[in-house]
Amino acid sequence: MRHPAQGRLTPTAGLGLGVSLLWLSLAVGLPVAAVVVTSFGNGPASFVAEVTSPEALATIRLTVGAAVLTTAVNAVAGTLIAWVLVRDEFRGKRLVEVIIDIPFALPTIVAGLVLISLYGPASPFGIDLVGTRRGVFLALLFVTLPFVVRSVQPVLMDLDRDVEEAAASLGAEGPAIFRRIILPTIAPAVLAGSALAFARALGEYGSVILISANLVGRTEVSSSYILKRIEEGEAAAAASVATLLLAVAVGVLLVLDLLQRRAARHG
Amino acid sequence: MAELRIDPGRPVPPRGGAAARWTLRTLALGYVLALVALPVATVTRRTFAGGPSLVLASLADPDLHAAARLGVLVATVSVLINTVFGVGVSILLVRYRFPGRRLLNAVIDLPVSISPVVVGIALVLVYGNSGWLGRYLEAIGVTVVFATPGIVLATVIVALPLVVREVVPVLEEAGTDQDQAAASLGATAWQRFVRITLPTIRWALAYGVVLSLARSLGEFGAVRVVSGSVAGESQTLTLFVNDSYQEFGPAAQQSAFTAAFLLMVVSVAFIVLIAWLRPGGPDSPRGPGSRPGPSSRPGPGKERS
Repeated sequence: MRHPAQGRLTPTAGLGLGVSLLWLSLAVGLPVAAVVVTSFGNGPASFVAEVTSPEALATIRLTVGAAVLTTAVNAVAGTLIAWVLVRDEFRGKRLVEVIIDIPFALPTIVAGLVLISLYGPASPFGIDLVGTRRGVFLALLFVTLPFVVRSVQPVLMDLDRDVEEAAASLGAEGPAIFRRIILPTIAPAVLAGSALAFARALGEYGSVILISANLVGRTEVSSSYILKRIEEGEAAAAASVATLLLAVAVGVLLVLDLLQRRAARHG
Repeated sequence: MAELRIDPGRPVPPRGGAAARWTLRTLALGYVLALVALPVATVTRRTFAGGPSLVLASLADPDLHAAARLGVLVATVSVLINTVFGVGVSILLVRYRFPGRRLLNAVIDLPVSISPVVVGIALVLVYGNSGWLGRYLEAIGVTVVFATPGIVLATVIVALPLVVREVVPVLEEAGTDQDQAAASLGATAWQRFVRITLPTIRWALAYGVVLSLARSLGEFGAVRVVSGSVAGESQTLTLFVNDSYQEFGPAAQQSAFTAAFLLMVVSVAFIVLIAWLRPGGPDSPRGPGSRPGPSSRPGPGKERS
């Protein structure tokens, strides 16, 4: 609904655009460029050497592995929770809706404290996950919980029930209906939510540090390693691992963009 | 027009059977309970385990006060910056066509997908005292990193897209007919902005502002890198939680839990506020372009040009 005359920059809009671009360059562009340039400052060989140093490599393995695992669990659990929230009726559903949003609203360090008080040394159930990889995994599951739920939920709500009922009247069973009719419709939303969860898990810091106890080579995540290196004044080492994380984040954004374009074309 | 709210009157599907429904419900609720609800309940219990007098004593800590003041100051300034910037950029993205528009759209989304720690070190590399710009700023007596401006900058960046992503869909939905009618009747650009654009986007803007505020108050990783975290000076509330917890000793632990509990109460208040501003809330005439949660933000290039 755009008027043909619209779209040309007026002088005021041009000024606004200039100011916005300047601000974005100072706040995002230049800092991102600084990270990339610093990591390649001594040539690509030094970048490779930095990201493959034993400690860096161990953090990258753990971070990527945990992120992949977290994403997989989220894709299933998130879809299940969204399904129950949309299709099931029970008392206290509004409360559950609020609880689902807590991981997003809670400051990450508070999330860390929250997890450590139930799954830490003072655990009322005697489950102590401090300093274990399972603890890291748990923290990542906590902070990424809402992504898939919140991206699948609206799609499930808009889903036309007629097709399901038609399939059922033709004798299709529940699982078949889910696989053949529902899953293809919600798949883009599941993927989009999973991609966001993956990006988040990859860069997570605040919720992880308390429960991971930052054990080098065992539970140290990449973001924690980057912070340690920059504090020691080893900018190139920090920037190299940061560049790797950045590259993956940009990759995820591109995939997301592609998926949304495809969904927009088909729908 | 699709109503996004859950309709309680909707019949439960006849298929699937009661047993399957119960299994799914138990699994889903069990997962949410063990992962979120129980830990949150436990931290509340831990905070008050020593009785209310200990909580009150920890509330009197001057470092906690300083941290809360700094946290609120930083969040307020960041939200102001992001609101002005967010509205401006949204109008530019929706109403104008210019080279690099898609790139601008993508760059705005970048900060939420990158690690807060990476945001922090990126700022150190540019604005630190030996950084690209920092060395010149230092020469004229401006300190950014390890001072309040750095904390504000980090906070602004991590919350950058939140306002834009709420306002853009509503502006697209609204179109420019009213705006052009007003222009043809002689309204100035400012009059049109105040009388037409602002009322159109006010709910989306309110939603974006609350999201930004929640994010800004709670930011930890990026702030941790650029602040230096000196108690009473450059410590925000989230840094106070971390530093107190790391200190050990019962008093410090109590401080950590008290501050964490405060932040938790504020976040839950934000969620309730957000749920109320959400489409279907009591007074929110937001169209189908809006979305149910803070999560399901559209990625870059969502709008079709």
